[in-house]
This record gives sequence, structure tokens and C-alpha cells, in this order.
Amino acid sequence: MTATIRRLMLITDVRRTRLALAALLGVLTILFGVGLMATAGFLISRAAEHPAVLSLSAAIVGVRFFGLARPLARYLERLASHDVALRSLGRARAQVYEAVEPLAPVQLEDTRRGDLLSRFVGDVDSLQNLYLRGLEPPLVALIAGAASVALAAIFLPAAGVVLAAGLFLGGIVVPLAAASVSRRTSVRYAEARGALTSELVETLAGSAELAAFGLERDRLRTMRRADSTLVRISRRAAFADGLGDALRLLVTGVTVVVVLAVSVQAHAEGRLDRVLIALLGLLALAAFEAVQPLSEAVRELQATLAAGRRILDLTDRVPRIVDPVEPLAAPQSPVTIELEDVRARYGPGERPALDGFSLRLDPGRRVVLLGPSGAGKTTVVKLLLRFLDPERGRVTFDGQDLRCYRQEDVRSMIAVAGQDAHLFSASIRDNLKLARPEANDEELARALGAARILSWVQSLPDGLDTLVGEEGRELSGGQRQRIVLARALLTDAPVLVLDEPTAHLDPPTAKKLVADVFSAARGRTILLITHRPEGVDLADEVVVLRERA
Amino acid sequence: MRLLDQALVRRAAPVRSLLVLDAILGAASAGLVLVQAVLIARIVALGFSGASLDDVAFDLVLLALAFAGRSVLTWGFEVAGRRAASTVLSELRLELVERRLRSQPLATDGAETGEIAATAVQGVEGLEAYFARYLPQVVLAVIVPVAVLGLVVAIDPISAALMLITLPLVPVFMWLIGRYTEERTRERWLALRLLSTHFLDVVRGLPTLRAFNRGRQQAAALDEIGERYRRTTIGTLRVAFLSGAVLELAATLGVALVAVTAGVRLVEGGLGFQAGLTVLVLAPELYLPMRQLAAQFHASADGVAVAERMLELVDEELPSRPEPNLIAPSAMSATVRFEAVSFAYPSRPGLVLDGLDLELYPDETVALVGPSGSGKTTVGSLLLRFIDPVGGRISVGGLDLADCRADFWREQIAWVPQRPTIFRGTIADNIRLGDRGATERSVRDAAVLAGADRFVQALPLGYETLVGDGGRPLSAGESRRIALARAFVRDAPLVILDEPTADLDRTSAAVVAESVERLRAGRMVLLIAHRPELVEHADRIVILADGKGRAAITDEVL
Repeated sequence: MTATIRRLMLITDVRRTRLALAALLGVLTILFGVGLMATAGFLISRAAEHPAVLSLSAAIVGVRFFGLARPLARYLERLASHDVALRSLGRARAQVYEAVEPLAPVQLEDTRRGDLLSRFVGDVDSLQNLYLRGLEPPLVALIAGAASVALAAIFLPAAGVVLAAGLFLGGIVVPLAAASVSRRTSVRYAEARGALTSELVETLAGSAELAAFGLERDRLRTMRRADSTLVRISRRAAFADGLGDALRLLVTGVTVVVVLAVSVQAHAEGRLDRVLIALLGLLALAAFEAVQPLSEAVRELQATLAAGRRILDLTDRVPRIVDPVEPLAAPQSPVTIELEDVRARYGPGERPALDGFSLRLDPGRRVVLLGPSGAGKTTVVKLLLRFLDPERGRVTFDGQDLRCYRQEDVRSMIAVAGQDAHLFSASIRDNLKLARPEANDEELARALGAARILSWVQSLPDGLDTLVGEEGRELSGGQRQRIVLARALLTDAPVLVLDEPTAHLDPPTAKKLVADVFSAARGRTILLITHRPEGVDLADEVVVLRERA
Repeated sequence: MRLLDQALVRRAAPVRSLLVLDAILGAASAGLVLVQAVLIARIVALGFSGASLDDVAFDLVLLALAFAGRSVLTWGFEVAGRRAASTVLSELRLELVERRLRSQPLATDGAETGEIAATAVQGVEGLEAYFARYLPQVVLAVIVPVAVLGLVVAIDPISAALMLITLPLVPVFMWLIGRYTEERTRERWLALRLLSTHFLDVVRGLPTLRAFNRGRQQAAALDEIGERYRRTTIGTLRVAFLSGAVLELAATLGVALVAVTAGVRLVEGGLGFQAGLTVLVLAPELYLPMRQLAAQFHASADGVAVAERMLELVDEELPSRPEPNLIAPSAMSATVRFEAVSFAYPSRPGLVLDGLDLELYPDETVALVGPSGSGKTTVGSLLLRFIDPVGGRISVGGLDLADCRADFWREQIAWVPQRPTIFRGTIADNIRLGDRGATERSVRDAAVLAGADRFVQALPLGYETLVGDGGRPLSAGESRRIALARAFVRDAPLVILDEPTADLDRTSAAVVAESVERLRAGRMVLLIAHRPELVEHADRIVILADGKGRAAITDEVL
């Protein structure tokens, strides 16, 4: 566990001085609170001996100081610890990104399924709680608790011992016990919640079909069942969660009672000044503020560590595709690309996605790669971009194995407009400029024109600054494909790979698009990957990829 | 979020008894707080005047019992609060689902469904803190200060007056929260979500970034954005945390003021020792529930912000119409007519359909073609009565469909949507959606006719294979075939097929086309397509353009 914490601390990478400052302010907040109650108790006791008012002035100053200093310390502590949390969040994102970037896309394939990716992002987000809710409270409790015990022990060693035992019980034993009681229910709670969530999502997503089949009532009944399971478990969880707080309060009470008992006894035996009885009792009562957040901290730490472990699982992966130690100079355009008797698979033990496949792309040639889905067409793209290395055979640029070049040099030779190309939630301009950051508006217009979407973009009120929405959702399927295409055309890459560019288009549009691309790409090598007939008549060569049995 | 949001509080109505229980537990707890203070002061005072341990033993035991009692009450308080919350949340969830199912399911755009599902789950969860902790804490924040003040007045009116002086600071804090922090918290939450979505976007787009050699630069950008966000957020927090600080200041200053004044009056003999101590022990308890209330308020504010969208959905007024009671005639023999039908989605400007005329005769297959966005799917939704026309009417055998009961009408329809939903369960369960009573035999027969049998049989568990969320993933072609099997097993006189071959490769498309051919025999079929392959299966073709339909011949489309 400590190893995981240490590694997560490295990922969140916050300077120790900042952590120390936040913790120190946390300790002061607690101690000023203890100080306020203890001094006030002393003040009243001393006053009861009817001394001259002047002799009380030290205690009065103390009470006022603590009264003012505590809110200030608390305020600064909250700022400091939130600052740490925000810093760690920013760092965590950047560092985790750096670690997973070389893995994409092949070694991250398993995280792209369903909600796993958003869970990953949520996991990274939750690292901000590591310090704020997980590590600071125990640290503060330890130091502030120890200081309170020391203070009590100065006046009466026995009281110190009792307080130490009480804080140990209330701050360590109770939170851990409560956590272990609630762990089982919280696992079952998470399961039941997951089940209900997927049921809910499914019901809402499929509500039209359920209505069409007349199954609304049935569905509501099963939902109600899943829901009542969750409610039942959450009630049990509440029972376990409440236990921690209840026990802590009990321990607090018993500790105060015993501290009072030993103090009264000590005074009766003449070992303790009577004005200190109230001080000790109130000190003990106030000191428990230190351990109050610990039950919550244990829960928070468990959740954050689980998230952290999932992140470490990913960042621990060793990138399989790496640059050679002594790379060749970047390949020169034009280039001949060849796949020679290639076999490739995504993981050991998996079926080869491609086997015994050869393909030659001479400069300026237009090749159509035809094949049904699942035949490995997209694998060819991954091999060309060196997202994947063949396990047999090789991929070459002018006869040189791709593995001899730097990855960036390989990728700058190839522009891909794929069916799964991503449009970022930004403006059309930003999305295009990804391909060539220095491109000016004229060049952008030329690329959009070649993709036959310029007039549409110009007709928009915001033109190039129109936002495309998350994953390009504001655009239609056809518009998306054309923007993706324009982006690929914007690069200087001598090879253009089009992966199912017409997948979501109606036939006349698809035909026009392919013809447009072929004419716009004049001079470049084209590899058009498709399962549909458009473009076949324009090709120099058609290669068919058959489905493997 | 307001201190007591009417819409939210109304939601708590069904658990009023639990909230009353909370109030009782809270009141009992407040009583014990008073007992504790009195006992602590008494024990110290006795010890002060030289009493032995034996003299105070009884009081010590009472004090321990008081703590034990509070401990049990706290436990009960937590359990009751969470119990109330879980009931409220459960009702909210079910109400949301019920409304979505009962209201016109396709009245909103399809894209919104996912978002609604997400808000439903997160939104409901976000409210737990509000109902489980915040609302019960409101009760405590009222009961405890009143009880404490009551006792202090009885013991020492001057201290009570001092406490009353510090109390006006509390409304100041309330005002600060209500006015300022609210908006800021909301903004902060939105910004945080924006950042999180941005990160998700970047991670999703990683393959594209790498393909364009832009992968590495993003780390620095992420760092910079995070830093910028931190700076602005800390700026807001500096002000936002002030409200907490003000309240804390009221608490500590109150204690200090009471202590110092009591001390001076003790010296002068105006106050007894035990009375002074009791007041001192009570002073922090006056403010504690309010401070906790502030903490709970902040803890639940984020959740309430998430829940807003969902509450909008639940509180949305549904157009209430009397349920029509006519029964539509059978599509086996009756003609379905769209008569100058117009339709517009509330979320989009302009008419999707604008005076569409269309006839569907029994035992006839009509292909509806047209470019994407021309309203083909809308025609299907109208026919299913997910939506009703805004102009014109749809009639079945001369009867206005809007006057007929939707559930009975739908029993006559088998619908194969563009992207069929595969529900969690076995393949057989999924096919049985078409007809719940279907025997194993008829499920298989339907699968054979839909061209699904072959791939299902090849699975190790065959028809018992788990599919849907968490089960075996199905390809687009496989899902389509399952949906077709649903249509076969339903054996309804009217079939609506929405682009059954879209996005399928040639082999799968051919299998689907074959089964469409089998399905259309003896049925009224509306075939929605933008690709030509299927059109040859139609008896008649209608082209949909500019919201109107016109007849076309096969050659024109191909």
C-alpha cells in the first residue's frame, strides 16, 4: 500500500514544502482549538479563586489570541490544501498522459471499450483527493494528537497516557474497524449500483424499442427489483458507516470521563493544582477534533488507491513500439512502400489479424484495398503508421524496414483519413491545423475545397471558428468525413490512406467524394480501403483482402 | 442551490416520517449535550473544591452514559438520514425512467438519450449528500442552538446575551453563501467538468494525435491548462472560503467572549464557578451544528448542480392528453394513409415533414428513400406513434391513428430500428422481446429466418450466450440480425425496417437482404433505405425530399 501511495505521490508530483505547509496549518487549526478551550477552562478556574483581575490578563490574551488565530489558520489551511489538490490534478493529467501516449492505440485497445475510457479519466481526476482527503487528515491527526498528549502530560502524566490511549482507539482502531466492517457492504453496494446503472442506461437507450414492443411495464418491474436491491444494500451500508462515528463519540466520552477521574484523584492526592482540572478535561474534549475526519479518510484513501492502481496498471505498460537507437535519416519523398508477407496480431495468443499479406504502393499509384469487415483492413493502416509491428515479414519504405526509422519520420510520410479519425471538441480551424499548425487560412480553404466542403463551411455564421462539438457531434456523418479528409489533405505527406471514407454516406455523395479525393490528391500515392464499390473504377490496382476462416 | 430548495424539499415528502424521526433523535441528542455540559462542569467544580474520586464517581458514570446515549443517537441519526435518502433517490430514478417510457420516447433527438441516461445516474447519486446529510442537519441546526440558548438563559442571562450578539454574524454568513458562493461553486464545477471532458477528448483522440505527430505536445498543453485553471480557481476559493471563515470566527469569538466575560465576573463574584464552566462548555455547541450545516451545504452543492438537469426532466410538464380509446383496425386488411402530415421537432427549427402524403396497402412493401436528414426515420416514428403529427393526420382504415390506443396499435407492428438495442440477457431473451411467450422452437425458427442461426450456433453457449452490457459484444450485422429475428418472432402484420443494411459489409448485407425478402411476404412493410441494394425488394418506391414524398421508379433510384 505504501509503495502505491509513494508512486501516486510521484505522479501527482507536488513539492514537499507545499504539503508540509498545508499540514502545518492543519495542525495549527486543531491546536488553536485545543488551546482556546484549555485556556478558557484555566481562565475560569483561576478566576474562581478571586485573584486580582490583572493577574488573569495572560490567560485573557491567550483566549483572545486563540479565538482569532483559529479561523485564520483554518482559512489558510483550506486554501493551501486545495491549492495542493489542484496542482496535483494538473500534474497527474500531464504525467499520466505522457506515460500512456506511446501506448496508443494498440496497447490501449482494451481501455477504449465502452465506458472504460471515461472511468480512466475519472480515476485520474480522483487523484486530487489523494492528499486533500486521504493523506492530510491522518498526518494532521498524528501531529496534533501527539502535541495534545504532550501538553496534557506536562500537567499530569496520567492524563497524557489516558488521552493517548483514547486518541489511538478513536483515531486508528475505530476507523480501521469501521472500514473493515463496511468494506464488504461497500463492495456489494458498488456491484448493485453497477447493475442498476447499466439497467438504467439500457432502459433509457432502448426506451423506444421497449415501447414499440409494449414492454414498458415489464421493464419497470425489473427496474424496481434492481432498485430495491440497491436500496436494501445501501441501508445496510448506512448501518456500517454510522458505526464509525458512533464509536468515536463513545471513545471521546470515555476518555473525557477517565481524564476527569484521574485529574480529580490527582488533585485529591495533592499532585495537581485545582485550576488545571478544567483545563485537562476541556483539552481532552477538544483534542478529538483531530481524529474526527479519519473514518472518512480511510474510505477516501481506499477509493483513491483503487483508482490509482488502475492507473498504474496502464502507466506500467512498456511501449512495444520504440524508436531505434540509431535511426536512419528521414525517408525522402517520393517513397515506395511495401508490406512483405506480413503476419500481425494484437496480443500474444490472439488470432492473427492479418497473415501472409503483401502489398506494394509505388509513388503516385492509386490502390484500392477491398474486403469485408474483420478481414484486417484497418490492421494494414496500423502497420503502415507503425502503431503495430509485424511478427513475421516486414513493412518497408524504399526497401528499408520501418523499424529503422524514427516513428515520427514514418508518420509524417502518411496522412490518414480514417473512419475512426477523431474530431476534437474545438473549432473546425483547430481540428484542421492539427495536421499543419503553421497553415494559413488560404491553405485551409484549399484543403476544404478539395474535400468539397468549403462552401458549407463558408456558409456557417462562424465559418472556420464553428465548434464541432464532442467527437464532432454537431456535424453530420458526411460533414465529419469531409473535415477529416481535408485535414489529411492539408499535410505534405506523399501517401494518403483513406480508411472507409464513405461509410456513412449515400451512394451519389460517396461516389462524388471519392472522385474528388482522387483528383485533389494528384501526384500522391493513394490507398483507399473500403468494402464498397465507389472508387474501384478510378484505381490503378484493386487488392482484395479475403476473410480468414 | 438555495438553503432550502423548494423543488428538492418537495421530493422529501414521502419520507417525512423519517425526517420527523431525525428531528426527534436530534432533539434527544441536543438534550444530552446539555446534560453533558452540566455534568462536566459539576465534576470539575466538585474536584475544584477538593472532592475525592468517590464523591464524583456517580457523576462520572452519568457522564459516560450521556456520551453513550449520544453515540447511539448519532448512529440512529445517520441510519435514518441515509434511509430517507435512499428512498428518495430510488423514487427519483424510477420516476425518471417511468416518464421516459410513458412519454413519447422519440420526441427528443436520439443523441440526447445517452446524455439523459448519464444525468439520471450521476444526478441521482449527486443528491445523496443532500438528502442523507444536509436536510437532517438543517433540523439539528435549528434544534440545538435553541436548546443551548434556553439553558444558558436559565443559568446566566448575561452570557446568553453575549451569545446572541455573536449570532447575527450567522445570517451574514448565510447571505454570503446564498449570494456569492453559489454562483462561484457552480462556475467552478462547470469549469472542472470542462477540464475533465477536455482530458477525455484528448485521450480519446490519441490515435489521431499520434498519426499527425502531435502526441507529445499535448502533455505540456495539459499542464498549462491545469495551471491556468488552478490560478483562477484559487482566486475564487479565496473569496468562497471566507463564508466558512466568518462562521468559524463567530464561533471562536463567541467562546472567547463568553470565557473572558465570565472570568471577569467570577473575580468580582457576579457568577458562580460551576455556572461559568457550564456556559463555557456549552458555547462551542451553539455554533457547531451551524458549522456542520455549512460543510454539508458545500458537500452537497456539487451534487445538486449535477442533478439540476435531471430534476428538470422529472419536473417537466408532460402534455396531458386523454388516452384515446378506439382500437385501430388490423393492418392485415386496412390501408394506412399519411394525409398532408407535417412534423417538427421541438428541439430543431423548421419542419422535418411538410405535407407528406403516403399510402401503405396491406401486403405491400414500400421503400422510402431520400438523403440523410430528409425525415425517413421520422415517418417510422409517426407510424409507431412515438410522435404525433403537428399537421395533417395519419389514418388506418379511415380511423385517425391519434384517436386509437397506442399500445394496441403497436401490437400490430414489428420494428427493426437502425441501431437496435441489445439488452442484457441471453440471445434467446433478446429475440423474445418480440413475443414474450415464444417457445424455444419458434425463437430458433425466427433466428433461422433472420439469418442469425448460423452465427448463434457457432457460439459455445448458442442461444444461451449472454449479450448486452458485460456480455459478448455483437457486431452491427449480428445485432441487426437479432433485431430481425425479433420481428419474425413477433409475426406482426406491419413491419418497419429502418436502414437494415446500413454500415454492413457485403456478405452481411446479403444475408440481411435475403431475410427481408422472407419477412415481407404477406405483410405491410415500410422499408426505409438510402442505399439501393434493398430497393429492389420493394413493390413501390417513394422518394422523400423537402418534407414531401413523391413516387419514383426503381431505375431512378439505382
